[in-house]
Amino acid sequence: MSTQVFYFVATLSIIFSLMVIFAKNPIHSVLYLILTFFTFTVHYVLLNAQFLAVVNFIVYMGAIMVLFLFVLMLLNLNNETEPSKSPLIKIVGVIAGCCLVVTLVGSFKAASINSPLILKNQGLGLVENLGKELFGPFLLPFELSSLLLLAAMVGAVLLSKKDEVEA
Amino acid sequence: MENLTTQMAGVPLNHYIYLCAIIFTIGVIGVLTRRNAIVIFMSVELMLNAVNLLLTAFSVHSNDPSGQVFVFFIMALAAAEVAVGLAIIVMVYRNTKSIDINVLNRLKW
Repeated sequence: MSTQVFYFVATLSIIFSLMVIFAKNPIHSVLYLILTFFTFTVHYVLLNAQFLAVVNFIVYMGAIMVLFLFVLMLLNLNNETEPSKSPLIKIVGVIAGCCLVVTLVGSFKAASINSPLILKNQGLGLVENLGKELFGPFLLPFELSSLLLLAAMVGAVLLSKKDEVEA
Repeated sequence: MENLTTQMAGVPLNHYIYLCAIIFTIGVIGVLTRRNAIVIFMSVELMLNAVNLLLTAFSVHSNDPSGQVFVFFIMALAAAEVAVGLAIIVMVYRNTKSIDINVLNRLKW
């Protein structure tokens, strides 16, 4: 029964991500992207990666999407200001993408990894297990990522600050 | 929750690979066909998420928590990247009054 849940959610992910790139209005794109991320959260729950499900929900759907929506509202973009490429480039882009997916799927078919996905350890994706991993072998990258976030914050503030008139 | 995940044994690993390949490709098509800088950015986010899901699936398959730790780091990286990228887009908009990436074609030379 649960495998059907996977196929249902996978179909939804593909449909919503197609809507993201084909929606005319950028606001609609952001809203469909939020739905896509929601289906990804469901995928994480199905894989029993509960920590990642919660982080995906909070960081992606909560923080990043609000940032996107905020910038779109700030710049006041809508259908009229939406630049569009010529149909030729669109068709060529779609054909190139189809070639890519055919190549990828063909090579994975040649590899033929079709063993079913079995969760051997029920507690694999829980906070307890990942916390031990994160503060054990991965302590240095974890601390470095905090430096990265600080640098990104300073950079964003510096970039978006209005230039003072040079006297 | 426990019952739900124990029944997940039926999904083969290559179906996860196909799903992630398709979503990654949708992201690539978005980058190729759109001119709005913010939509291109969202397509990049789509690609990052496809990779995240595949890393989690492989982590569950090989029973190794390192894959999920990598996904956590990718999420932190994506948050930093979005903050800086959107700041750059706001700057571009302030200077050119447009977020059409063709305005930036002088960066090519």
